[in-house]
Amino acid sequence: MDFDLTEEQQEFRKAVREFSEEVIAPRAEQMDRDEELPLDIVKQMGQMGLFGLPFPEEYGGQGADFLTFCIAVEELARIDSSMAITLEAGVGLGANPIYADGTEEQKRRWLAPMCRGEILGAFGLTEPGGGSDAGSTKTTARLDGGEWVINGSKAFITNSGTDITGLVTITAVTGEGDGGHKEISAIIVPTGTAGFDVGKSYRKVGWHGSDTHELSFNDCRVPEANLLGEKGKGFAQFLRTLDDGRVAVAALGTGLAQGCLEESLKYAGQRHAFNRPIGAFQAIQFKIADMRVAVETARLATYQAAWLKDQGRPYKAQAALAKLYASEIAVTCAREAVQIHGGYGFMEEFPVARHYRDSKVLEIGEGTSEIMRWIIARDLGLPESNA
Amino acid sequence: MNIVVLVKYIPNPEGTPEMGPDHRLKREGVEGALDPGDEHSVEAALQLAGSDGEVTLVTMGPEAAVGALRRGLSMGGHKGVHVLDDSLKGADVLVTARVLAAVVKRQAGFDLVLAGVESTDGYTGTLPMAVAELLDLPNVTFARKVEVADGTLKVERQTEAGYDEVECPLPAVVTVTAGANEPRYPTLKGIMQAKQKPMDTLSVSDLGLSAEDVKATQEVMGLEPVAAKEAGEVIEDPEEAPGRVVEFLTKAKVI
Repeated sequence: MDFDLTEEQQEFRKAVREFSEEVIAPRAEQMDRDEELPLDIVKQMGQMGLFGLPFPEEYGGQGADFLTFCIAVEELARIDSSMAITLEAGVGLGANPIYADGTEEQKRRWLAPMCRGEILGAFGLTEPGGGSDAGSTKTTARLDGGEWVINGSKAFITNSGTDITGLVTITAVTGEGDGGHKEISAIIVPTGTAGFDVGKSYRKVGWHGSDTHELSFNDCRVPEANLLGEKGKGFAQFLRTLDDGRVAVAALGTGLAQGCLEESLKYAGQRHAFNRPIGAFQAIQFKIADMRVAVETARLATYQAAWLKDQGRPYKAQAALAKLYASEIAVTCAREAVQIHGGYGFMEEFPVARHYRDSKVLEIGEGTSEIMRWIIARDLGLPESNA
Repeated sequence: MNIVVLVKYIPNPEGTPEMGPDHRLKREGVEGALDPGDEHSVEAALQLAGSDGEVTLVTMGPEAAVGALRRGLSMGGHKGVHVLDDSLKGADVLVTARVLAAVVKRQAGFDLVLAGVESTDGYTGTLPMAVAELLDLPNVTFARKVEVADGTLKVERQTEAGYDEVECPLPAVVTVTAGANEPRYPTLKGIMQAKQKPMDTLSVSDLGLSAEDVKATQEVMGLEPVAAKEAGEVIEDPEEAPGRVVEFLTKAKVI
């Protein structure tokens, strides 16, 4: 058994850490306040190859394994979750479906510029009326004269409304399958297509620097060739996308919690009360010790899930386990970090206040904690509770 | 364009470096990195070299100094030369310049030598000029912009008031300021490729230098911390202030 990262992975982690500290950290508070995704930072991330990490070189990627991608997400999240989710969604939800299910032509057209970070892709699954219950999809697409005609709307779609967003892959009902089940397919909709409207930015609790919109489709027409993968397989395709995304969100939680641990450790050494640094009090020490236990355990669970995927082995349950644990400890660590900072923790000048707001969504996005527990219970062989 | 970049591996650029019992920086067994100042000269070299040029990184230092070369190679440099020799421990500027000049001389067909303005650990800021002198090459310092047009080097040389426009023939030695560019961060692919790039390790004798050539002419006798600046005095009363300032300046013999 070997717990060491390769020399290259360690060097790469260092490079992403330097980038996060030198380029992102000085602007994190501002982008949070302005609620605007800084496209110049996205561009730099593209030049660093971050958006092409887990894809082959022939499509402009870096040829990295999934674990290395998770390390990049973790390092960004240690400083700022908005940039981490921009990368995670760009790679996991924007580019990955095209890579996994796209035709050669679709990959050449869309994947290469996404790998370079020149365009961002988004994935439109959730609708105003449903998230995890993807079978409740209401958006429809019907064929008419060699074109898909799309109608419906999508909610909470990351990276969907930036100036460099190039496409959104959406799921839509394309017919009725066996036994009356909805037949769901994935279709690529390029930005700027008539009938495809990007709604106003959401006012979010956290992730202020990341781009999230509601999308609407009114008789939006795209060529028939924009079907991604097989007709009627959209459901199975997106389930696989979510498994990958969960591991990456686990990395995001681990990074955020690591950031909280470091900020707390620093503050506990600086802040004095009763003539000593507050880090000298056991009440503070135990909080920080617990944070370290949580962070290191989350990291192990995340890396194990990523490693299983890289080995080509089943990882669905481990992905759910890592995502559940890392997101919940991220919320706990952020709350305790704010507590350690006292009144200053409630002030936006301190990164822990931002981490606190950014952490909550991790228990919701890419499958809620409840769905994660459901997956783990199914994996243990427990029966469906209300089948 | 073939460019040689002189780079340095320095201990702990972020924190306070540790001093050894010989009054010299502890360079072994400590975390280190490519000198942040050198990242700018590497970046300048990569931009100038273009797609058909070659960037050679040269360093002198202990085993760990190879880290500086690897960082430069992962940014996109083509090959590295590491001068590693126990007799160079404690080398002063002149010795270091002799060694680096000897390495540069071995690089057939080089057009330009780039270096940082000064190292972040030693701060003498004299090494590139010494190398230029030993190579009998022109030297332009504090370049905030470096261009080559029709075989002539054009440099914007940063001054306190603005900048000078300097032209000089090639080859030349140029020091690059931090304002010259934004150094790129290495990509994963760059990091992987760096491992495959040619790296030469040379000793003093490989360079045809004698023990006499590399004998330091300076010796560090002792080390004193810089006296801490005394806290200033704040005068808040506007009535009293002018008189007190005049008094202070008179006492300091400024007026």
